[in-house]
Amino acid sequence: MNEGISAAMRGRRFASMLAKEARQIVRDPSTFLIAFLLPVILLFLMGYGVNLDAAHTRIGLSLQDDSAAARSLAGAYQRSRYFDVRATGSLAELEHRLVGGDIRAIVVIPQDFGRQVARGGGTIQIVTDGALPNTASFAAAYAEGERATWAASQARDSGRALRPPIQVSARFWFNPELASRNFLVPGAIAVVMTMIGSLLTALVVAREWERGTMEALMATPIGMGEFLLSKVIPYFLLGLVSMTLCALLAVTVFAVPFRGSVFALFAISSVYLVPALGQGLLISAALKNQFVASQVALLTAFLPTMLLSGFVFEISSMPRVIQALTYIVPARYLIPQLQTVFIAGDDWRLFLPNMGVLLAFGVVLFALCVHATKRRIA
Amino acid sequence: MAEPVARAHGIVKRFAATGLPALDGVDIAIEPGRMTGLVGPDGAGKTTMIRILAGLIDPDAGTATVGGRPATQADRSRIGYLPQRFGLYEDLTVAENLRLYADLRALPLDERAARFALLLEFTDLARFQGRLAGKLSGGMKQKLGLACALVREPLLLLLDEPGVGVDPVSRRELWAMVRELAGGGIGVLWSTAYLDEAEKCDTVFLLSEGRMLHSGPPGELTARLDDRIVRLPIPAARRRAALREALAHPDIADGAVQGDAIRLMLRAGAPVPPVADLGGTQPLVPAQPRFEDAFIDLLGGGPGGVSDLAQRYPVIPESGHAAIEAQGLTKRFGDFTAARDINFSVQRGQVFGLLGPNGAGKSTTFKMLCGLLSPTAGTGTVDGHDLRRARAEARQSLGYMAQKFSLYGDLSVRQNLDFFAGAYGLSGGDAQEAVAQAIETFHLERYAAVNSGTLPLGYKQRLALACAVLHRPPVLFLDEPTSGVDPIVRREFWTHINGLVEKGVAVLVTTHFMDEAEYCDAIALIYRAEQIATGTPDDLKALVGRPDATMEDAFIALIEASDARREAA
Amino acid sequence: MIGPRLRAIIVKELLAVLRDPRARLILVAPPLIQFFLFSFASTMEVNNIRVGVLDLDGGRWSREVVERLAGSPSVREIVPLRSDTELRQAIDRQKVIVALRFDPGFSANVSARRAAVIGAVYDGRRSNAAQIVSGYVERIVGETGATALARAPPALPGAVVNHWFNPNLNHIWFVMPALIAVIGAVSALAVVAQSVARERELGTFDQLMVSPLRTHEILLGKMVPPVLVGLLNATLFLVLTPLVFAVPLTGSVPLFYLALLFYLLSLTGIGMLISTISATQQQAFLGMFAIIVPMIILSGYAGPIDNMPGWLQVVTWFNPPAWFLVVSEGTFLKAMPADQVLANTWPIVLIAIATTAAASALFRSRME
Repeated sequence: MNEGISAAMRGRRFASMLAKEARQIVRDPSTFLIAFLLPVILLFLMGYGVNLDAAHTRIGLSLQDDSAAARSLAGAYQRSRYFDVRATGSLAELEHRLVGGDIRAIVVIPQDFGRQVARGGGTIQIVTDGALPNTASFAAAYAEGERATWAASQARDSGRALRPPIQVSARFWFNPELASRNFLVPGAIAVVMTMIGSLLTALVVAREWERGTMEALMATPIGMGEFLLSKVIPYFLLGLVSMTLCALLAVTVFAVPFRGSVFALFAISSVYLVPALGQGLLISAALKNQFVASQVALLTAFLPTMLLSGFVFEISSMPRVIQALTYIVPARYLIPQLQTVFIAGDDWRLFLPNMGVLLAFGVVLFALCVHATKRRIA
Repeated sequence: MAEPVARAHGIVKRFAATGLPALDGVDIAIEPGRMTGLVGPDGAGKTTMIRILAGLIDPDAGTATVGGRPATQADRSRIGYLPQRFGLYEDLTVAENLRLYADLRALPLDERAARFALLLEFTDLARFQGRLAGKLSGGMKQKLGLACALVREPLLLLLDEPGVGVDPVSRRELWAMVRELAGGGIGVLWSTAYLDEAEKCDTVFLLSEGRMLHSGPPGELTARLDDRIVRLPIPAARRRAALREALAHPDIADGAVQGDAIRLMLRAGAPVPPVADLGGTQPLVPAQPRFEDAFIDLLGGGPGGVSDLAQRYPVIPESGHAAIEAQGLTKRFGDFTAARDINFSVQRGQVFGLLGPNGAGKSTTFKMLCGLLSPTAGTGTVDGHDLRRARAEARQSLGYMAQKFSLYGDLSVRQNLDFFAGAYGLSGGDAQEAVAQAIETFHLERYAAVNSGTLPLGYKQRLALACAVLHRPPVLFLDEPTSGVDPIVRREFWTHINGLVEKGVAVLVTTHFMDEAEYCDAIALIYRAEQIATGTPDDLKALVGRPDATMEDAFIALIEASDARREAA
Repeated sequence: MIGPRLRAIIVKELLAVLRDPRARLILVAPPLIQFFLFSFASTMEVNNIRVGVLDLDGGRWSREVVERLAGSPSVREIVPLRSDTELRQAIDRQKVIVALRFDPGFSANVSARRAAVIGAVYDGRRSNAAQIVSGYVERIVGETGATALARAPPALPGAVVNHWFNPNLNHIWFVMPALIAVIGAVSALAVVAQSVARERELGTFDQLMVSPLRTHEILLGKMVPPVLVGLLNATLFLVLTPLVFAVPLTGSVPLFYLALLFYLLSLTGIGMLISTISATQQQAFLGMFAIIVPMIILSGYAGPIDNMPGWLQVVTWFNPPAWFLVVSEGTFLKAMPADQVLANTWPIVLIAIATTAAASALFRSRME
């Protein structure tokens, strides 16, 4: 098919396809939307909108005792940096506000609290809004903690140090302040690369079919492998550019630590883009229709990356069947690498096995792609 | 005879396991230096044949060779292919598209400058090199597509309906360009649904429903009709009725209105009937047979002159005002004027034609009159209702048939009819009766439960017309109603239109078929947003100054005159 | 009651959704996939924990702590570690989420009632899970300590905790009601966002425009299918959630449907805006995607609204799912009284009015 064409001409042909693709990327508003605008939106939402850490929880305080001890404990809650005492009053009044979602927990300091304390006890009641389990468990833990701290300081003041027999000295490595943003933002980068690799790439190849340019291309001497490669390279670079933008935003705006090396970050991202692009190309080669391709890309790439990659939800806590399913989600192998390179630093013994798996996915997907992309129309 | 550059033998191709094959044992040979026409209505199998020759589809049986090798292994750098949608990247400029295809087809660098200059000059695109392909007009896209296909001189040039949706001027230019190339020894395959283009080819392959009806020079086919075509001059008022009566005559196979006369085809071997039997007073004049006549003859004659639709249609009463009126209609988009000061009126029982090149303002005018665009200045009325003030009433009195099929493809034929009956306010028994009548009149029974998107084109167009007339409107808007359909369906459509007009319906029609313009009582020619001429078909033809001038000659002459005036000014 | 024109367009719009294979894809696939994936995958609990143990003590009390940990239903495996290097690696490679280090003499200290400290190192990369696990560890260590003090007078509990509405803090009780809001938004928006853009792309829009159908009839007709689809999906979930996941349904179902109706109307208004602006189905799809991701993230489903910065909380006031989520959780778990359902519904009504008005104004102007 290609006889009589020099290697130089062939190189020129390929360069020309790349240039064409680059021009289309620059001129297409949907590329801009997916590769730059959506990532920024997503990053901001993840950075600001999803905060799973215990923060300033709104509570109600029902102070039923007039003793000095009771008032002292109530003061401790009022001053606590974990709580915002929104309301006080009877339990019945506060209940109503708990149902309405005005407050997330109620701390009840009961009638004989002062007398109990005098006898060496003092039990408070904590009621939480179990409809929000995450907030409820944090609120309960911190409310208990607040009381314990208060009791300890009371004991110290009275000279009766009361120390639990075994203590745990906890250290949270890599993320001592326990900011969930520190792991959510690197996760958002994984979502962004998935969208460029799978969704955007699926769209652009399907577009060639829909607009009839594929037909014209196939009637020229270009090889189908060459065609696929001319799609892969520009979107690979676009994926890296978008990743860089996100990483810069993460570090500068959201103050996410970056403890690894830039080289490792690029190596990890480059390897991940291989299966992501493979998946996008496969979807479009099999479907040839922008609308269906985008739906399929959403269901097979975007949703699994959000749900099954360990980005938001703990994989180890899922039912076995779902856990098994996560092993075929490429992002599952990316998320720990990204979290490590940002928060912990380079650890090639963690990176290399994951990269190996991702490359294996890539090889399989590209083989399927070449198989599915035939120079035929029907 | 030169050795063909491409050949196909015994090609069979089926897309669905059941049903008719798209191609059924077709042979084709394309010789260098000749214009080879691949002719037939939509769905005949033209595109499938071209794709097989381009090596993009594998036939189920038969062989296709290009340059002596199987089509799928041919040297693709030497095949020029212009797909139906041109294959241009709309977000690349003219020059970028050309360079891309030059690299794809491995045009040597030292030949480029000369080749680009030649092609740009040839296609008159030199001025637009920096413009995005998506921003070109339809005719210009076509030329650019052709330039890309020709960027390296091919052995074989495959053109898939390059004339579709292009006005007569652009079509004539494109034809001249390709003809010149063929002269240089390229084998050209030009596929078309326009039968007048077939007449100009050196060799013609006529396809219908996947079968080859004829192959050879077009003259061979039309020669069979020598002495069977006659013209009968009839005064305007009686022309439509005379055609209807003539078509009822047993010796008349087909007929159409042509300007001041009706044009009739006699059945093979039939004697020439006396003029009085045909309702005429003047003598019959022999006329030249056309390729379309030959095609209709091959298919067994026309559909007859009686419209079931018109017979059931109520007589539209005299209203005392024009059915459609345009007064100083002007539309501006920003600082671009799409239509300027358009004036005409269409009376009850008249067909009015809007003609003009693509992008000239014809569609803008049409859309203003059916309420799809608000005029910037001027007024339009439909059945006496002002389109600005009484929009809903105006819409209730018009039926509309869009240019391309625009009914709901996922809904069945009956569901489409039900919807439009409801949309026009018919309910209960009225709606049921209207839908039942439409199905019967347009022979849609066997398709009633079928998704309309999967219908053959002829049935799609029938359904579109059926939907437009469900509520028996006094005014009909038809935007290229017959584009792409076979000549039998075209005849059927005009039988309906003529019948409705006799009942008093007013019709506004746009068309690219010049012979259809002859059916019109009056024509407005729109060019560069201006109404450059208005009159009866004969008035316009008379302006050319030659006795045998055709409608197409008139069209081109008027446009050239307008250009000349513009340059002088 | 409704004229033939309105009836015709409603029937047509419903048929268009039911007969178009692509529309059916949107209708069926996302709700089903989301039902199963979200319900099972989206867990905030931490189970199957792997705990690393570096026991340099090897005495009675260190073994006691480890045994109690191993017996906890949340812990899947105890990974014995032999050195500090191994401990570091186990955390680095994410083999364990927490590693406990017992110093030599730990048991002796406990027995002698001297300060006995367990070193615990958590993987802070997974900060949420780490915090929850630290809660488990503290509790088990506390219990062991209490046993060690068995001879001391039983200490009164410092606090009695009651989790109302969801006593065991079952995460799925939160997820399923929230999912009704999410799926309602996804399916209704997906249907409505395509409606106008699709007609424009297929050329049927002109055909509608030249018919005597009034603008409000077209808009009404187009709003019926997404609302019905949303109602249908919500009903399916309303039935399945108590049956499959045993989530209690305590509130008023009629009130829930009232809020749901307005919720769906507010969404169709938004979808219609997107659809009217878009020239192609592709743009409509991307537009919908660009709006639905923030809508869900800012609904309180992905993370509590309480924890967002103040300005972002203000943004959530304009987000219908944020309001409807409260109603849905309340109806399922809290037996939410009418006044509070209505208090969370009127903002949705306002959003519905605003978006529908904006969509019809835009639709009218786009008819030019």
